[in-house]
Amino acid sequence: MTNVTVTVNGTSRSAEVEARTLLVEFLRNKLNLTGTHVGCDTSQCGACTVHLNGKPVKSCTMLAVQADGQNVTTIEGVAPGSDLHPMQAAFKECHGLQCGFCTPGMVMSALGIIARHQGRALDEKTVRQELEGNLCRCTGYQGIVNAVLLGAKNMGVKVA
Amino acid sequence: MYDFQYAKLTSVADTVTRRTSDDEASYLAGGMTLIPTLKQRLARPSALLDLSGIADLKGISVANGVLTIGAMTCHADVAASADVRAHIPALASLAVSIGDPQVRNRGTIGGSIANNDPSADYPAAVVGLNATVHTNARAIAADDFFKGLFETALTPGELIVKISFPIPKRAAYAKFPNPASRYAVVGVMVAETLNGIRVAVTGAGACAFRVGDMEAALAKSFSADAIKSIAVPADDLNTDMHATAEYRAHLVGVMARRAVASLAG
Repeated sequence: MTNVTVTVNGTSRSAEVEARTLLVEFLRNKLNLTGTHVGCDTSQCGACTVHLNGKPVKSCTMLAVQADGQNVTTIEGVAPGSDLHPMQAAFKECHGLQCGFCTPGMVMSALGIIARHQGRALDEKTVRQELEGNLCRCTGYQGIVNAVLLGAKNMGVKVA
Repeated sequence: MYDFQYAKLTSVADTVTRRTSDDEASYLAGGMTLIPTLKQRLARPSALLDLSGIADLKGISVANGVLTIGAMTCHADVAASADVRAHIPALASLAVSIGDPQVRNRGTIGGSIANNDPSADYPAAVVGLNATVHTNARAIAADDFFKGLFETALTPGELIVKISFPIPKRAAYAKFPNPASRYAVVGVMVAETLNGIRVAVTGAGACAFRVGDMEAALAKSFSADAIKSIAVPADDLNTDMHATAEYRAHLVGVMARRAVASLAG
């Protein structure tokens, strides 16, 4: 067993883990942060997306030990308490979810898109392309794309 | 996943020494192939030696007409690099076509070429741009590096440190991606280097290969028409659930012509 210490949503969290423990297992099973989902377990669906040092990664395809000493943000960390982040509010507003299973990953990827497009206009084509790491089996994506564009607008990003 | 030991060392020398003392240990770069492989219990390394703490494996630099990329540089950093975009834009656009944003934030150029997946994108760039692969022990020319299906010239324990790309006069990469995985069903890098035209294909065969007939034809006339009649034999190409060998042979021509057309004129 190895002790890992990860700054999760701004708080330093430590736990004893096996080397083979995945980051998503550390978050869900050790820290009880169950907002991060495991959809496919084969690195394809993106439901497990979290931010590692500000960048979206698939937490089912990374070991907890690889995150030792680093910063992780999960869906629980995007807004305080019961407040909704503007991107979460946009998903609610635009019917960007049905069953909701993919939503945490979608929101984390959407925030990655916003971060990559600071100071540049964001368009629908870019949103569709950059959501390619996240699968949704309910919505047909239209509501999600609308939500990302509305969330971007409400976060002060120019939308083309 | 079977359990394993984990070590994150900070120097190339220490990491190679540890690997050399344990035949069953494995290097861990971005883990975008290795971790899914472990999850399926298709491999059982005794230890994973994490390369992410080694400063010497990071960074992108340009000097004397050569662009050098550290082995642990992730695809997103290659795609976003001002140096790569300015000097070899084809390499930046290749990098941004790999996988998805989450994969590009973790997967590395060194991991990709060491793994040598037949459908990986980077091998086409390494061969097409006549790059040199620098390891802890030696420099390996691109034409000598890729040996076969998942097979490279690397000896057990040999570690890729960086890859250097001579800046070409012009280059373009055209890819027919698998719509689900974004791996290359076929990808073709066409480059006019200081030492002539190179056409390198990934996705079609066991590993990246050059098409000499197209290179010769393009040297005479750099146009899509010049290679229109050149057919690549399907005999040794890959057939799988995504495409037959004959279809891949056809795509080699189409992708090569698209790459040339994007440069000509």
